[in-house]
Amino acid sequence: MSKRDEERRRNVFTRRALLLGAGQLGLLGFLGYRLQKLTLEEGERYATLAEENRVSTRLIAPPRGRILDRAERVVAANALNWRALLVAEQAEDIHATLETFSHILPLSEAERTRIERDIRRRRRFVPVVVRDFLTWEEMARIEVNAPDLPGISVDVGTTRDYPWAEHLAHVVGYVAPPSETDMDDDPLLALPGIRVGRAGMERFHDRVLRGRAGTLELEVNALGRVIRELDRREGVRGQDVQISIDAELQKAVRNRIEEGTSVVVLDARNGEVLAMASQPSFDPNLFSSGISAAQWREWTRSRATPLINKATNGLYAPGSTFKMVVGLAALEAKAVTPTERIFCPGYYDLGDARFHCWRKGGHGNLDLRNALKHSCDVYFYEAAKRTGIDRIAAMAKRFGLGVDLEIELPGAKAGFVPTREWRIRQGKAWNIGDTVVHGIGQGFYQLTPLSLATMAARLATGRAVQPHLTHALDGKAPRGVKAEDWPSLGIPERDLKLVREGMWAVVNEENGTAKVARLPNSLGVMAGKTGTTQVRRVSREQRERGFRVESQPREWRPHALFVAFAPFDNPQYAISVVVEHGTSGAGAAAPLARDIMADVLTRFRAPPAAAVPPAPAGTRSTEASRPPMLAEAPPPPAPETPRR
Amino acid sequence: MMVFERRLLTRDRGAGLLEKLWLVPWSFVLLLCAIAAVGYVALYSAGGGAPEPYASKHALRFGFSLVMMLSIAMIDIRVIARLSWVGYALGVALLVLVAVHGQVGKGAQRWIELGPIQLQPSELMKIMLVLALAHWFHRASWERVGNLLFLVPPTLAVLLPVGLILKQPNLGTGLITAMVGGAVFWAAGVRWWKFALILASAAGIAPIAYERLHDYQRARIQTFLDPESDPLGAGYNIIQSKIALGSGGLWGKGFLQGTQGHLNFLPEKQTDFIFTMISEEFGLVGALGTLLLLALVVFFALAVALRTRHQYGRLVAVGLGVNFFLYIFVNIAMVTGSIPVGGVPLPLISHGGSAMLTAMLGFGLLLSVYVHRDAEFGAARE
Repeated sequence: MSKRDEERRRNVFTRRALLLGAGQLGLLGFLGYRLQKLTLEEGERYATLAEENRVSTRLIAPPRGRILDRAERVVAANALNWRALLVAEQAEDIHATLETFSHILPLSEAERTRIERDIRRRRRFVPVVVRDFLTWEEMARIEVNAPDLPGISVDVGTTRDYPWAEHLAHVVGYVAPPSETDMDDDPLLALPGIRVGRAGMERFHDRVLRGRAGTLELEVNALGRVIRELDRREGVRGQDVQISIDAELQKAVRNRIEEGTSVVVLDARNGEVLAMASQPSFDPNLFSSGISAAQWREWTRSRATPLINKATNGLYAPGSTFKMVVGLAALEAKAVTPTERIFCPGYYDLGDARFHCWRKGGHGNLDLRNALKHSCDVYFYEAAKRTGIDRIAAMAKRFGLGVDLEIELPGAKAGFVPTREWRIRQGKAWNIGDTVVHGIGQGFYQLTPLSLATMAARLATGRAVQPHLTHALDGKAPRGVKAEDWPSLGIPERDLKLVREGMWAVVNEENGTAKVARLPNSLGVMAGKTGTTQVRRVSREQRERGFRVESQPREWRPHALFVAFAPFDNPQYAISVVVEHGTSGAGAAAPLARDIMADVLTRFRAPPAAAVPPAPAGTRSTEASRPPMLAEAPPPPAPETPRR
Repeated sequence: MMVFERRLLTRDRGAGLLEKLWLVPWSFVLLLCAIAAVGYVALYSAGGGAPEPYASKHALRFGFSLVMMLSIAMIDIRVIARLSWVGYALGVALLVLVAVHGQVGKGAQRWIELGPIQLQPSELMKIMLVLALAHWFHRASWERVGNLLFLVPPTLAVLLPVGLILKQPNLGTGLITAMVGGAVFWAAGVRWWKFALILASAAGIAPIAYERLHDYQRARIQTFLDPESDPLGAGYNIIQSKIALGSGGLWGKGFLQGTQGHLNFLPEKQTDFIFTMISEEFGLVGALGTLLLLALVVFFALAVALRTRHQYGRLVAVGLGVNFFLYIFVNIAMVTGSIPVGGVPLPLISHGGSAMLTAMLGFGLLLSVYVHRDAEFGAARE
């Protein structure tokens, strides 16, 4: 190659190499510009994104509030739940670990399937529950064998504990993981392991008990593994709810009653429910530990319906316990006068139909007081016929019958009292015979034991007390704790007094229908009324052949009812007892009511000085063995200051 | 000068070696050490604030390949020139071998196990291609280079390895290899209009080629165009990389304080995305500083080319310089979301033996050119 050629080639090379260098410089400059743009111009945006990547905000579940009884006994609390956890990444061989574990604590096939599924679904550092609710001994066995159980650790969580178990199940309710329908705006519900109230007070006061979620800011890596805690804001723990029930009384009541029986004890002055029992019941603790399908089937299919609170959801015809309402309606309508007597020959003829009195031979001439005492059917057939069903139904509503009492138990039934209009809406006629039958509490009525106890409390006080279960929320009492919180029923005290005396006679006079229910003198005086309601019609032939309920199959026997209040001269407590197929109110329900009321009076012996204003003055409970006759009674105090 | 050269070649080996070592530009070696040190710091952080598992290996590899580089620098450039086509044949042979027996990585056959070393023949191929092309154009005069027929063999020499690499399939490296070859063509004096023609036809072929690309390659191009369209899939890497880069700001989050890197939001932070790590922890200042060090290497290669008195050396220096430049450009453009993700490491900084070894091999050759910049090649065989 000539020197000229070489020179030319070199010049071309130099030029082109410099051009190349300039191009490279330009591209490097572009990179510099890109870097500047990302870090300076868009730096803040990316810094935010990096922070969002890094920080994961989680909710901390606050401890659920406790439920206490009126004496501050714990009836629902958070118990520690010791459980064995498995962290997959810490186990060399998951199967080997589980195999070893099952030698220590046997694992069922279903449990294993669940554990393996949980492990597959979650990241390897997320603990999976192997076994819940470990006992001390089981825990010790796991700890001792820890070296052979790589990946297994024992940890403590919380679970809901109900120390009174089935005694308060219907009132307190239970908790369960939230379902789709429970989801509201509360972010807490999205937390794993959270429980919401499913029934009873747990459900009614769920928001109060639940508390507010705290937040936890965690630094997490790309896989979601927690690296460290950045910030923690504690939530607000759930408030304690104090219920009006006395757990010891409740337990004593439940121990007295058999299957098919329900009892409600109210503080007549303010409507607080002191005991509410329904037999059979269930153990709510089983819900906390995860209820088995078999157990659930057993409960839901059982004819004894353990899950149903008969005190609020059992519907019964009131029978003769309704006669006070009919009497008051008749008095108010001036259909009868307090002293008017009606003759009972043992039957009541209306056109072609004949209605029988429970007493074959009849009661002879009876006024209202004695008609109640003997529970004469004929008197109330006539009184009802004169008064009319609509006036009776209106009076029943004033006593809390067939209306929603707004008890704090979700799903509680309001019950039902028929009216003429209702029957016509059904496309049927309301006959006068229907009115007659409804005069003795039979017919279309569907009433709950709770409403019957409410009726007793209202009869005793003359005030529209509403039954309620909430004694205090976080130490503060709600409305309705004082008797004066409740408005008057607007029924003349004279009428109420007459009816109360009839109820007094039922229990305390020699031939009262429930003299068996008389309390020992030392405890005071109870007034009450029996009820016996047929579940099957008794035909004429049966009656003629000499019908005996005792020979009937149990489920054909009549229900036995009793309502009462005590002490008579200063009413403080009201009670209703319903014994399904108990055959007779006086035989089955009244003695129970007597024993329970005796228990209540003993238990709350030092009553607060504040007596209900309209109580008859001048009589002391110990002297009340003789009925305060109308004529002898001191003039009734001014009816309670009307508020409406 | 000629006299000096002749004397140098005839002297006994021991003394010549010492003198040659004296000729090595030690400031350049120091520059390489500085870059490797940046790599050590970044890998120390990538290892979670510990020399294991990346940083200590990195230092070891660098030390080893430094010795290798200096040894190559001592080899006479004319000896290397004579072996150019042998090296080329070896490179092609390895590419064929990797096609037959290679390790599958990320769905493509790219690696080959040579004892303890994982070798990526495509990296080696680029250097060998530069040497072969430089040899071809070494004696060609300006007129000769203008002859179309004369350009056919070197064109085929480029297309053969490029085809093999594309077949692996490795789109990024294939394109880079073609560009490196093109750079040598350019420096040798191939006419402007031929480049224009090739670029125009490439633009015409591109849509057809796109049809034949693998799905993952197409996905890369698509997510490049709109990374946020697929934030959890292929776009994830680009988004997280940009977040890490941008969140560093001017001064960075501080050494070992990079959240994106340490919490594993950055994918492959010790290899392809190591630059992001530096930028997150040391900010724009650290990133530009690193870029400056790397740019100095590129311009050193250019300076070597301009100072060399033989065409072979000039072309080798330009080719190697462009090769190194393309590494850093593609890598940094990739992590800044400027071009599609390509799986190209940052030489001397990223973790990985193969990349370090081939980069240092290139620098060894570059230094040999520099040391022998005034060597006299024999008379042209016209």
